[in-house]
Amino acid sequence: MIRYIIFAPLVGAAINWFIGRRVRKEAFISWVACLAVGVSTVVAFYLAFKQGGALTSDAVPGVAPVTDHLWTWLNVGGFRADFGFAIDRLSGIYVLFVTFVGLLIHIFATGYMHDDPGFYRFFAYLNLFMFSMLTLILADNLLLMFVGWEGVGLCSYLLIGYYVDRKEAGDAAKKAFVANRIGDWGVVLGIMLVFFITSAAGQGSISFFDKPVQGVTSALQTIAHMPVESFGWGTLFAGGITSAAILLFIGATGKSAQIPLFVWLPDAMAGPTPVSALIHAATMVTAGVYMVVRCSAIYTHAPTAMFIIAIVGAATALFAATIGIAQNDIKKVLAYSTISQLGYMMLACGVGAFVAAIFHVMTHAFFKALLFLGSGSVIHGMHHEQDMRRMGGLKKYMPVTFITMLIGWLAISGIPIFAGFFSKDEILWKSWSTGLFPNAGKILWAVGALTALLTAIYMTRLMVMTFWGKERFAEEDAGGQADEAHAHAFDEGEKPHDAQLPSAGDRAHHEPGEHVDKGLDEHDEDLTVHAGSGGHGHGHGPFKPHESPWVMTVPLVVLAILSTLGGLVGIPYALSSIVGLNVPNYFERTLEPIINNPSESGESVRAEGEPARPQMLSKEPQPHDGASPLSVGEGAQNEPHTERVATSGEVSQERLFTGISVIIAAIGIFIGWTVFRKRPLKEMPRLLENKYYVDEVYDAALINPIKVGSREGLWKLFDVGVIDGIVNGLGRGVTEIGRVVRHLQVGFVRSYAAIILFGALAVIGYFAYYIFKMAGH
Amino acid sequence: MNAVPHLSWYLALSAVLFTIGVVGVIIKRNVISMFMCIELMLNAVNLTFVAFSSYFRDVTGQLFVFIVMTVAAAEAAVGLGIIITIFRNRESLDVDDANILKL
Repeated sequence: MIRYIIFAPLVGAAINWFIGRRVRKEAFISWVACLAVGVSTVVAFYLAFKQGGALTSDAVPGVAPVTDHLWTWLNVGGFRADFGFAIDRLSGIYVLFVTFVGLLIHIFATGYMHDDPGFYRFFAYLNLFMFSMLTLILADNLLLMFVGWEGVGLCSYLLIGYYVDRKEAGDAAKKAFVANRIGDWGVVLGIMLVFFITSAAGQGSISFFDKPVQGVTSALQTIAHMPVESFGWGTLFAGGITSAAILLFIGATGKSAQIPLFVWLPDAMAGPTPVSALIHAATMVTAGVYMVVRCSAIYTHAPTAMFIIAIVGAATALFAATIGIAQNDIKKVLAYSTISQLGYMMLACGVGAFVAAIFHVMTHAFFKALLFLGSGSVIHGMHHEQDMRRMGGLKKYMPVTFITMLIGWLAISGIPIFAGFFSKDEILWKSWSTGLFPNAGKILWAVGALTALLTAIYMTRLMVMTFWGKERFAEEDAGGQADEAHAHAFDEGEKPHDAQLPSAGDRAHHEPGEHVDKGLDEHDEDLTVHAGSGGHGHGHGPFKPHESPWVMTVPLVVLAILSTLGGLVGIPYALSSIVGLNVPNYFERTLEPIINNPSESGESVRAEGEPARPQMLSKEPQPHDGASPLSVGEGAQNEPHTERVATSGEVSQERLFTGISVIIAAIGIFIGWTVFRKRPLKEMPRLLENKYYVDEVYDAALINPIKVGSREGLWKLFDVGVIDGIVNGLGRGVTEIGRVVRHLQVGFVRSYAAIILFGALAVIGYFAYYIFKMAGH
Repeated sequence: MNAVPHLSWYLALSAVLFTIGVVGVIIKRNVISMFMCIELMLNAVNLTFVAFSSYFRDVTGQLFVFIVMTVAAAEAAVGLGIIITIFRNRESLDVDDANILKL
């Protein structure tokens, strides 16, 4: 069954690529693309919720996923990789929101990409992306997962560079590809190392699951039975579990845009907005989190790696949030917000709260897709204006977009009831209460809380600048126009900070041939294109923003509902008990059994008898099904019943921290509102607006040295000097020898005959001499 | 009954013929003459083969003679073809006129 989920989008991509490009009917292409994803969605929901499905309570938790073995892919020596898929609860949750959010975004895109000359190409890529992403999620071994991993990287490249006539888009695509490639290097090595580690244990495997029929054992189970590695920097390079964990995490930093490889994600906004929503917010960028959680057995055995992940995650979260506060491009703000939220997820992984990480992945997929699609709707309504300084007062013109984005704003800020609140709060609480590194956990919490404050501030700024205040688009200065292109050029600090409005100097990045359609009215016609200019004309001059068509608003509404209610599946016990519903955390209970292989690793940990580690580790692999978020202290450990109840002290502490989170969010919104409501164009610190000059630093420290080294060293010195020198030298030598030897060629046949004769006589004489000599003896 | 000539007679004749051929190839300018000298050398060798074949009572030598004759026939055909072409191009049978294959 699972194969239908995966291959439906591939078929859709093929149809659009081969047939859609000839038909060129938008309706046909839209239907094919959306139906393909629709099939995946339906099958995914069926598999998840049918009798005994992956996410139903009567499924055997974690141990026996729904599998679909297609064929044996590689079977060389002891190494075996199957082309097989599996749904357990983790991939079940992933596949549900990937297909569903993907479907909504496909529908949205049919409106957003209307009249684009590359319509078929766009949807073929988008479907291909769905295929790759689903392969990544549903693969039952690391190598097949890596196929999907590369596939999404490829599709990301293709879609970022979708506007092929824009240099920024091409550059951004290459940047994304290269940054991901650095990470992929880590993944490949990590996979090899996992195989070596399991081979050393006698059960070489890269499979996630036990597959008795094929005689495959789970690599994760094997590792879960190994002793936990000690905490220390030495283990990083020891070639053991910690090394494998770190190598895999390097891949995650690339794919999930963590420090130091996050630089590609902001630039990736050069792609069309639905792409940003689907790939660079909701699904692909969470692949790194997925991998870490999927390999939780590896990570729980590598405390050093966990610590590094937590630090990197927290640092990324704070770093990106501070940048996000100073960006003026609506999509850039959301891009940095995405990086920041991904940092949260990594932080959760690092402190061992894998379930909270996945929970945040899910809610983030809802509200960030909502925010991105909302921004897409705004951009569409503003005729491809992305600079928030030219917006303002849009709520009057785009009521549906406004309301839905309002919900997204509340969700990401962490206002109760909305989805982001529960997941973010859980991450913060887990950071505080982590048993892995209790002291560092407090600092991590503080960083996370500060990030939450900043998140509320920059999102409020975005909302205020976009939907409230003066209608700044009306007072557009002549000649000033912005497009997606300008927004993605490096704004190398030449933005006029003091200007009330960005002046024309800010907008040097016009694409040629865009000065058309002046004075067209605000309807879709003015989005018709001069083909080849990237597909977006620019209505220009006085205009009114307009609300988007229903294909765009309906997905917004659905996502808004999900962003509102989606968090309710993961209400922690501490909160539900307030209102008298003593239900444990449903989401956590669902996922907990499959995180780091129940029981066995716990036993191995205990057997090892290390004093510090077992306490924190056996928290995840508890033998009692469904340790709740509260099960942090040792007291929780010994609770025998499955539906464990936390001690009242923990509950009250968690409630306290929930209260703090709410207060932080409220303060953030208050600050944002008071500051930016009055002065929406308030200038931001230049350091932040210029993203801490990270791109410049990378250019100076890495890219330029490589370029110069390649040009001066590899090219001019080595290639021209050594390689060419050898080849040319050989040629020259042969020429010289020939110049001497050619004098033998006198050109007279009889001389040649004479030479042959004398040669023959010489040979004969030589032999005759020896024969006589031998005869003489 | 006359005594069978001694082997050395044949060899001496063969050596004389061969030397005439060699010297002819070197001193003659006319390409036809050179060609004939080459044939002379081949036949000198043939004579040696046959003489030894008779001397050792071994038929292998005669077989070689047939091979040499075949090759000589083929060589004559090719060689004459080349000569005719040279003559058409140069209006001359002097090999020293065919000297462009140098420097």
